[in-house]
Amino acid sequence: MRAFAYASPTRLADALAVLAERGPDARPLAGGTDLIVRLRDGTVRPSIVVDVKRIAELDASIVEDGDRLVIGARTTMTDLMADARIRSRFAALAEAAAVVGSVQIRNRATLAGNLCNASPAADTAPALLVYDATVVAEGAGGPRRIPIDSFFVRSGVTTLEPGELVTAIELPLPRRRNGSVHVRRTRRRGHDLASVTLACAIGPDGVTRLAYGSVGPRPVLAVDPSGALADPSASAGDRERVLDQLLAAAEPSPTSMRASPEYRLAMLRVLGRRALETARARLEADAP
Amino acid sequence: MIAPVTISFRVNARDRSVAVAPNQTLLDVLRDELGLTGTKECCLVGECGACTVLLDGRTVDSCLVLAAEVDGREVTTVEGLAADGQLTAVQQAFLDTGAAQCGFCIPGQVVSAHALLAASPSPDREEIEEGLAGNLCRCAGYEQIIEAVLLASSAPQREASRVTPATDDVAARPDARMAPQ
Repeated sequence: MRAFAYASPTRLADALAVLAERGPDARPLAGGTDLIVRLRDGTVRPSIVVDVKRIAELDASIVEDGDRLVIGARTTMTDLMADARIRSRFAALAEAAAVVGSVQIRNRATLAGNLCNASPAADTAPALLVYDATVVAEGAGGPRRIPIDSFFVRSGVTTLEPGELVTAIELPLPRRRNGSVHVRRTRRRGHDLASVTLACAIGPDGVTRLAYGSVGPRPVLAVDPSGALADPSASAGDRERVLDQLLAAAEPSPTSMRASPEYRLAMLRVLGRRALETARARLEADAP
Repeated sequence: MIAPVTISFRVNARDRSVAVAPNQTLLDVLRDELGLTGTKECCLVGECGACTVLLDGRTVDSCLVLAAEVDGREVTTVEGLAADGQLTAVQQAFLDTGAAQCGFCIPGQVVSAHALLAASPSPDREEIEEGLAGNLCRCAGYEQIIEAVLLASSAPQREASRVTPATDDVAARPDARMAPQ
């Protein structure tokens, strides 16, 4: 690994000051499961690494604040999987967190880091999209709230401004429960990146939200406000047509080594149907 | 030249203070500065788990942790598991089932097995496969490793895991790690 300096500020303002002063020469370090790989292979070459894990304002807590659940920036995948509120009300997020990497990776990798890394295959991204999450970021200009669908640009690129840090991720608490699920396709069981990763949430109003990743430069959200997809009395043909429309934004790369575009598109449909079925069943199981 | 950082941390119940370079990993420091070579260096990208240690009780790939990050924290390596010269139940079970072939991955497997059983004392086979999914064995000795964890656990399968292949045909069982999802 090339040489770099290391800072572990304990106040957010100090971290932001270093990031502002050093610009692209500084790299924030959270769980390190992506960054340290890149430091070693030389694809990122910062002169200073800023460890954000000792910043007092960034915590690993998950707290209810009015109509939102606020997930602190240091929350790891393991923390998410273990949280009863995430498991019961945001099942797709708990399920997505549970398939990221291995136990060792999940013990370190943070939700905020997964988003900032902006891999098209990030498993937590589709879940956050279907739950309409908000990313809270803070930079020299103060705090700002970014709707999750406006956060991703393309692989490795987000709408975070230079020098901004994600401080929390917020999930609106549904008044009534959704039926939701995360599913994915990998080449092998165990530890692998997704060839297709997909989340689905159906609201009590019948609106279906589908989000999918690893089939284009960024994860995509598609919504069926008509309610046809979730309507068991709609004809199979009608539902297939709506599903086709929702999946139309998939543009898998022809050069990816994990799966061909044809395979990804075929599996996207299969996973889409399976997820709809599970989400519908969960919604009904939860109905009063 | 970037100045070293002095870190103080607890390793295998002993307080240590070491000057480290910011670009040294926990793995580098354990092996090269503290002589704890039970933790193995292998893939260096967090895929294989040969460098697994406990950091504040949770397993991590020590190749993906900067040494500077562990200041004030507690690390347990495979050398720190046995107490008073007595192997742990997990270690003994690895011996009893012949789980080590070449042996290179075994320290990481043992540390992961410890963490798994600490969190879930009676895991079923699926839970063991998932709990150890971050530890690869190039000898593909997964069956014996899973048997070892079952043996060490307080699960009712404890006796079943010792059944001979006559009633439990290992060869006929699909290799779960290779099977399609």
